[in-house]
Amino acid sequence: MTAEITTEKARIGAPSIAGFTEEGEGLVSAKVDHSHNHGVTVMSSRAERLTSFDVADFALPTGREEEWRFTPVRGLANLFSDAGTDEAAAALTVEAPEGYVRSALAQGAAPRGTVLTPADRAAVVASANTDEALHVVIPADAEPAEPVRILVDGAGAGRRSNAHFVLEAGANSRSVVIVEHTGAADHNGNLEVIVGDGAHLTVISVQLWEDDARHLGQHDAQVGKDAVYKHIAVSLGGSVVRLNSNVRFSGEGAEAELLGLYFADAGQHLEHRSFVDHNVANCKSNVLYKGALQGKNAHTVWVGDVLIQKQALGTDSYEKNQNLVLTDGCRADSVPNLEIETGLIEGAGHASSTGRFDDEHLFYLMARGIPEDVARRLVVRGFLNEIIQQIKVPALEERLTAEVERELVANEN
Amino acid sequence: MSTLEIKDLHVSIDTEQGTKEILKGVSLTIRTGETHAIMGPNGSGKSTLASTIAGHPRYNVTGGTITLDGEDVLAMSVDERARAGVFLAMQYPVEVPGVTMTNFLRTAKTAIDGEAPKLRTWTKDVKDAMQQLRIDADFAQRNVNEGFSGGEKKRVEILQLELFKPKFAVLDETDSGLDVDALKVVSEGVNRAHATGNMGTLLITHYTRILRYIKPDFVHVFVNGQVVEEGGPELADRLEEEGYDRYAGAAGTATAAAAVQA
Repeated sequence: MTAEITTEKARIGAPSIAGFTEEGEGLVSAKVDHSHNHGVTVMSSRAERLTSFDVADFALPTGREEEWRFTPVRGLANLFSDAGTDEAAAALTVEAPEGYVRSALAQGAAPRGTVLTPADRAAVVASANTDEALHVVIPADAEPAEPVRILVDGAGAGRRSNAHFVLEAGANSRSVVIVEHTGAADHNGNLEVIVGDGAHLTVISVQLWEDDARHLGQHDAQVGKDAVYKHIAVSLGGSVVRLNSNVRFSGEGAEAELLGLYFADAGQHLEHRSFVDHNVANCKSNVLYKGALQGKNAHTVWVGDVLIQKQALGTDSYEKNQNLVLTDGCRADSVPNLEIETGLIEGAGHASSTGRFDDEHLFYLMARGIPEDVARRLVVRGFLNEIIQQIKVPALEERLTAEVERELVANEN
Repeated sequence: MSTLEIKDLHVSIDTEQGTKEILKGVSLTIRTGETHAIMGPNGSGKSTLASTIAGHPRYNVTGGTITLDGEDVLAMSVDERARAGVFLAMQYPVEVPGVTMTNFLRTAKTAIDGEAPKLRTWTKDVKDAMQQLRIDADFAQRNVNEGFSGGEKKRVEILQLELFKPKFAVLDETDSGLDVDALKVVSEGVNRAHATGNMGTLLITHYTRILRYIKPDFVHVFVNGQVVEEGGPELADRLEEEGYDRYAGAAGTATAAAAVQA
């Protein structure tokens, strides 16, 4: 569904003023065997999309490709070029218990490349131009008390930065890994995640870039038997952020949750794509991305693909995207794609809704004594809190809540 | 004892065809403890009066005054009016995404009272008020008005009336779209709020039906943006029998001939 919000004036007394336009669908078990697709897809299946380590396999995006059609590709030449990292483009800091950081992985050195194969131009040039991939291993059964933190701090706008991180969560470990992006750069970042059997891993990718940063990224995870993987993308800063969060399974009984929170203001392009490949039976997945938009030409994109392969019997999957449009002049694109190749599943559903916070909402809250700034904060905080409370790292939750408030205040002035 | 005084109020709106005057000199005085019914055909300006009192930005006041105990209401912002004690039960309550009823009610109560309500008594007050209005407990966790039926929205408006305890309540066609049972429940809520003795009520309605449950002290007949007749409760009975037809000529509108239904 594409919802383009224009400058339609709110009307009073119209019973049709609603918070949301919504479409959704719940497909539950039994005989479901069809492909359900709201988007424009030229391939017969999501699984057929090209992946390769060879830069030559990916032409420069023109914006006409399905996977680039929403992205402002014209300004991204620096990120698409087959170029190495500029000197001191970004500082990399890792905070982890001793022994977690292993020696860097060269091209082709397993486990590098076992889970993530580049699926677009940005990912392939990042991979090809990263000779030494950061390798972090959480040992089997380990339960580190503090989150592992990987900090990427861009040294300046326009500086090309390539990164490839490999993250392994050992069997039955319990851990949280925060990948935090600050400063400014033209950053291409790949993240390759291997979740061992029975492990619980939460990866939180936080984009707190400065206004002139640009960031393209591919985050691929493979989730082991009975393991639980949670990926949370939080994008607040940067002029262009495009993050693809993909997951597949290597054993039954696994669960994946792909969550996202974004707040786009004037001129910002925040794009999130998720792909859950149910390639193994009896796994669960849940996708929820929520975003707020405020200011002229604030643009958000969510494309959520779920593929339930023929052998993935007993799959239980759901995906949802919700957008809250706070002002005129914003655009929220939301495209859920669901492909189902077997009917023998527990459930598969999707929903997408884009609602506006308009003058009538404001009038209603103010008519109950609530001042305007409080009313706005109330609505946005309530809306985004569903994702923030999933982070479960109190210091980060508080920080992100404050960042969201800061976005609101910045736009009021 | 408080007084809400409306004097020679003129209100216009901007339309695609230009400025249109809706209220053409309305004067009304409502005191604590009084219930005033404003009755009139569709398009007579009843709801405009309600929205103007609350401060909806669509309505431009071109003349006249509204004061609350001498304070200039028209100079107040929408939220200031609410905090001064004016409550509008809306004809079409708006769905507010992202905000639960619980959070909304507590935030509004805090804003109106200037301090947060005591958690323990507040929770009980909300629960009791919801029960009396036959609102399901799970509404507390739902977003404001989101997915509520028309009748549920009206009950939630009256819930707020009971919890916020305003000095003056303006009920804008609260009866429209309600079945008899819901009408009774809602009317009982208004009567409970009124029985505290600290509230004046301005009841705007098209039909006399709600006046069986809420007894007005004064009835004002509104036609074409003006009060054309005023009287006691007996005027409502007469309207029930005769309808608004006889005012059509007086106010110069042929379109005001709406039937009054029993």
